Amino acid sequence: MASTFEVQDISFSYEAIPAIRGLTLHIGEGDRVALLGANGSGKSTLLRILDALYFPSAGTVTFKGEALTEKHLQEEEFSLNFRRRVALVFQNPDVQLFNPTVFDEIAYGPLQLQWGKEDVIRRVDETLEFMSISHLRDRPPYRLSGGEKKRVALASVLVLDPEVLLLDEPTATLDPKSQSQVVDLIQQWKGTARTVITATHQLEIVEDIADRVFVLEAGTVIAEGTPAEILSNTDLLLRANLIHAHRHSHGGVVHSHPHLHGHSRHEHEH
Amino acid sequence: MSRHSFLESTLQGFTRAVAKALQSEHAASQPGLLQQLDPRVRVIGTFALVVSVILCRRLEAIAAILLVAIAIAVASRVSLAALAKRVWLVILGFTGVIALPALFITPGEPLFTSPALHLSISAQGVRTAVLLVLRVETAATLTTVLVLSTAWTHILKALRSLHLPAEIVTMLAMTHRYVFLLIETANQMFESRKSRTVGVLSGAERRRMTARTAGVLLSKSIELSQEVYLAMLSRGFRGEVRLLTDFRLKPRDYVGLTAFLFTGCLAVWMGR
Repeated sequence: MASTFEVQDISFSYEAIPAIRGLTLHIGEGDRVALLGANGSGKSTLLRILDALYFPSAGTVTFKGEALTEKHLQEEEFSLNFRRRVALVFQNPDVQLFNPTVFDEIAYGPLQLQWGKEDVIRRVDETLEFMSISHLRDRPPYRLSGGEKKRVALASVLVLDPEVLLLDEPTATLDPKSQSQVVDLIQQWKGTARTVITATHQLEIVEDIADRVFVLEAGTVIAEGTPAEILSNTDLLLRANLIHAHRHSHGGVVHSHPHLHGHSRHEHEH
Repeated sequence: MSRHSFLESTLQGFTRAVAKALQSEHAASQPGLLQQLDPRVRVIGTFALVVSVILCRRLEAIAAILLVAIAIAVASRVSLAALAKRVWLVILGFTGVIALPALFITPGEPLFTSPALHLSISAQGVRTAVLLVLRVETAATLTTVLVLSTAWTHILKALRSLHLPAEIVTMLAMTHRYVFLLIETANQMFESRKSRTVGVLSGAERRRMTARTAGVLLSKSIELSQEVYLAMLSRGFRGEVRLLTDFRLKPRDYVGLTAFLFTGCLAVWMGR
């Protein structure tokens, strides 16, 4: 399979605090990948490195065979081409929504990438309709609800029709209906050439959004496999802090077992 | 001031700030004199009048420009009440404090003398103080009318097309873009504080709370500015302001520009 990203032994620190340590992974064209990990495991940092917003202090990252370096990103042609093909949806939609209206927000990316004005208007209208947010067209983004902001943030990158979509906790803080809409959207891209890399710690959506899973801990990959392989490995999930030991009592006898959040009801043997 | 009045008045302040911003956006979209002109003409015209205010040495000439600014505000549907509250009273307070010593230290013909306090106010002192206050009031009125009658994105694009460095335009864009986020964050912090406050806050506690909030907001603002900038970069931002609107000069823009420049030059000539 043709390579989209080749990440080779990279490291990255926030001043003196290491966030990524000797991380290596390969992501192919059309892959639907989940980056699983607890808070602080390096998922968001890795997405920013893949989006060429941060550059590793050691190791290499390539996109379609071309090195992602600060110098390379300063070249206008490469930068415009890369930003057109790779898009990131931030965890906090507020940082991504900074234009006066929803329409301007969605038009922002295409305008920066110097599309023709008629194309911009047509694509923005299509995207508004596709995301069912046409009624928000002239509203200021900072006055929207959390779910609406997330949809507008998604629309603002989908308008570019990117080959690679990087999603940072796309369903976090969403109500169940909005969560399922986002998951449905990602599922639509199954079997297409679009590569989707989703950082999440919500195990219940992993099988729906990914065919391959990388488990991250302390800035490095500790496991890789299919969703079924990873989700059935209780020891691994416990180690990565994705599930926890749940203690409770039955008839005065206290016992514990691994516990997964996200399901309203579960059963286990005693 | 009671616990509720302090917290609630702060929360109401945040709501008012957002409401004012919305009012500004509304005024900018209204049909009016300035709104009909190309944003570049508005920026150059305002700049020319501000420069003429600085160069004028006669009170009458500056007062005439202030009247012109008020006439432009009315014709551009900018509320005079908003101008009075946002500009005239605030400037009077701040600049008045700075201008006050000039009343007493400027030598000249005494208008009023207090032998008990060993102070005297000179006619030249009064003139200097009034000149300073009037100059600042007029310049601030002109720039506020520009900001209230022009979409912020259009001002930025106009500044960029007038060759203001991309770095400065980026800083202005960032400031505007996350100021609402900061207001919202501050609002949430005060709401959270309100929900956990029992009893009456002392004056010292209120000051500590305000200082702590300011400190946390400063840290958050740095973090937010970095995040917002990354989000802009991720969508292709390279320092240029690009909008769907194209700026094209029409005959009325040339008339407007000529009127601005003529008024500025006339004021400088009369006020020399």
